[in-house]
Amino acid sequence: MSPNATLLIISGVLFACGIYLLLERSLTRVLLGLLMLTNGANLLLLTTGGYSGLAPFFAKGTDAGAYSDPLPQAFVLTSIVISFAVTAFMLALIYRTWQLGRADEVADDLEDRRVAAQSGWVAEDDADVPADLSEFPSVEEAAAADWEALHSGPREKAYARDADETAEEGDPE
Amino acid sequence: MSLASLAPLAVVLPILGAAVTFLLLRQERAQRIVSVGVLALTLALESALLASVWGGGTVAVPIGGWMPPWGITLVVDQFSSLMLVVSSAVSLAVLVYAAAQGIADGDKDGPISVFHPSFLILVAGVSDAFLAGDLFNLYVGFEMLLTASYVLLTLGGTTARIRAGVTYVVVSVVSSLLFLVAIAMVYAATGTVNMADLAVKLGQLAPDTQVLLHVMLLIGFGIKAAVFPLSFWLPDSYPTAPAPVTAVFAGLLTKVGVYAFVRTETLLFPGELLNVPLMVVALLTMVVGILGALAQTDLKRLLSFTLVSHIGYMVFGLAMSSVIGLAATVFYVMHHITVQTSLFLVAGLIERRAGSASIDRLGGLAKLSPLLALLYFIPAMNLAGIPPLSGFLGKLGLVQAGVALGTPMALAVVVAGVVVSLLTLLAMARVWGRAFWRSTDDAENPDPALLAPARASSMPRAMVGATAGLVGLGLALSVFAGPLFQVSQEAAKEMLDRTPYVTAVLGPQGAALLGAQQPAAQSPASQPFSQSPASQPPGPQGTVRP
Repeated sequence: MSPNATLLIISGVLFACGIYLLLERSLTRVLLGLLMLTNGANLLLLTTGGYSGLAPFFAKGTDAGAYSDPLPQAFVLTSIVISFAVTAFMLALIYRTWQLGRADEVADDLEDRRVAAQSGWVAEDDADVPADLSEFPSVEEAAAADWEALHSGPREKAYARDADETAEEGDPE
Repeated sequence: MSLASLAPLAVVLPILGAAVTFLLLRQERAQRIVSVGVLALTLALESALLASVWGGGTVAVPIGGWMPPWGITLVVDQFSSLMLVVSSAVSLAVLVYAAAQGIADGDKDGPISVFHPSFLILVAGVSDAFLAGDLFNLYVGFEMLLTASYVLLTLGGTTARIRAGVTYVVVSVVSSLLFLVAIAMVYAATGTVNMADLAVKLGQLAPDTQVLLHVMLLIGFGIKAAVFPLSFWLPDSYPTAPAPVTAVFAGLLTKVGVYAFVRTETLLFPGELLNVPLMVVALLTMVVGILGALAQTDLKRLLSFTLVSHIGYMVFGLAMSSVIGLAATVFYVMHHITVQTSLFLVAGLIERRAGSASIDRLGGLAKLSPLLALLYFIPAMNLAGIPPLSGFLGKLGLVQAGVALGTPMALAVVVAGVVVSLLTLLAMARVWGRAFWRSTDDAENPDPALLAPARASSMPRAMVGATAGLVGLGLALSVFAGPLFQVSQEAAKEMLDRTPYVTAVLGPQGAALLGAQQPAAQSPASQPFSQSPASQPPGPQGTVRP
C-alpha cells in the first residue's frame, strides 16, 4: 500500500488546528475544532484504503486489484453522517446557551465550585465533642438518682406501691 | 437456523419501537404502551438468547449473507448475552419509572414526548454495542447510544442541563473520534475490522505497532468507561439530567465502555503487556473517585463519584488476565449495573418526596417514609459490599484473584479495593445519617416539601414499584450468585481461550490460524482488495473471485 502523503499531512494539520480550537472557551470555536477533527479523521480513514483506483462494483470483470478499496469509503460515509447529526445538535446547544445566558462560552459548574470552595471542616462531623464523663460518677449517687426519678413526675403513682413496700423494709441504702 | 439467528432483533425491535413512538408523538398513553411492550419483548428475546448459550457456546450471525470477515457479524456469547439481559431488564425498570413520573407530572413540558423514541434508540445502541462482532459496528453502536444520550441529557433545555450537555457532548465526540482514528489505524495495519479476524492478524504485527493500536483503543474506551484520569466529565454532567435518565446512563453507558475494554483486552490484545499500567489506573480510579464522593453534599453527584470509583474494580479484575479475575469482573459488571441504577432511582424518589437532593437539607426520612429508607438501605449496603450481598461476592472474587496472582502491584490494588469499599460504606452511611436518621430539626434550610405531609403524587406507586423491582433484582443477583458466578467463569474461560469466538466467526480455518499464529501468512496490504462482490453467493473465506 502506498498512502497518499498529501492527504496524511492535511489530516495532521486538521488535527492540530482542531485540538487547538477545542481547548478554547468559546463554544463556536469548540464546534469548529470538532469539525476539523472529524474531517481529519475522515481523511485518515480514506487514506487507509490505499492507492486510488477504479470505482468498485462499476463494471463487471474488472480485476480485483484495479479498483479502490470500498470499505473505508463506506466507513467515511457513515462517519460523515454521524458528524453531520452531531454538528446540528451542537449548533442547537450553542443557540440555546446564547438564548439562556447571552454568552457563547462554556459555563462553570456552580455546584463544583461550591464543593471546591467549602472548608473540609464540617461542624456536625468534626466539632470537638467533650469526653463523655459518666453522668453519675459513683454507684451510690446513681442509685439515689434512680430512686429520685422513680419518685417524681407522672410515674409516681404507678410506683407508689413499690415505694410503700420498700419503705416497710427500711432504707434502700 | 438456531435461536441465536434472531439476535439482530435485539437491535431492530427497539429501533422499530422508536419509529412507532415517534409517530405517536402527541399521544403519551400510546407511546408508553408501545415502548414498554417493545422493551418487554426485547427482554424476553434476550433471555431466550442467554438460555441458548448458557453453559458454553458462541454463535455468529452474519448480516445480509455477507460472510465474515467482510460482512457485518453479530456475535452472541455468554458475556454479551448476560450483558444484554441485565441491561434490558434495567432499562425496562427505568422506563416504567419514567412513564410513571410522566403520568404523575402530567407531561406538561412539550419536549418530554421525545423521551420514549430517544430512550429506545439508546437501548438499541447498547444492544448493538454488546452484539457487535466488528470494530466499526461497535463504533456505530456507540454513536447510536451517544446521540440518543445527548437528547436525553438535555431534555427540557434548562440552563443547568445545557451547561452539562455541552461538556458531555464535546467529551463524547472526542472519545468517538479517538476510537475512529484507532479504527483507521487498525484497518491500515491489518486490512480488516472484524474482531475475530483481528484476533488472528493483530498478533502478527510488530510489537510497537501493537502497543500503539492497543493504547489508542483503550484511551477511546477509557473516556466512555470513565476510567481515571479520563473520568472528570462524568460527575459534572450526569447529575443535572432527570432522575431516570441519570439512572440509565449510570447503569449502562459506562458499562458499554467496560465491555469494550474487556473485548480489547481478551480478544484483540490478549498479552499481559499492559496489565501493570491497567492496575495502576484501576487503583487511581477507585481512590480518586471515592475521595470525590466523600466531599459531595448533593446526593446525585455523590452517587456519580461512587460510580467512577467502582469502575476501578472492574478494570482491576480485567487487568489480572486470570479466569477468576475476569469472572469476577463479569459478575461485578452485572451487580453494578443493577445496584447503581437502583440508587439513582431512589435518589430521584428522595428528590420528589423531600424537594431536594442535597443531604444537608434532608433529615428524618426514615421516619417520614420507611419504605424509601428500605429502598435506599439495601442497594447502599450492596454497593459498599456488606457480606451476604452481591457486592461483597464480586469484591471477594476480585480479592481472591488478586491474592492468587500475588504480584506486589496486585496486592496493592487488593488493599486499596478493601479500603475503598470501607470508604464507600462511609459515604453511604453519611447519606443515611443525614438524610434518613437524624431528626428533621437538624436539616439546614429544609425544603417545605420535606416537612409537609406526603402527597400521593410525591411517590407514585409505579415509580416505587419499578425501584423496588430493581432492588429485588439486585437481591436476586445475591441469591443466585452461585450459578451466576459459575456462568461468569464459563464466560471468562471462553473469552481468555479466544478459540470459541474465532471458530464461531471464521470457522475452523480461522481457529487454526489463531493456533498457528504464523507471521505473514497473508500480506496484510493485499487483504482489502480480495473482496468478493455482492453477487457472489457467500462462500467460505472468499475463496472464489469473478
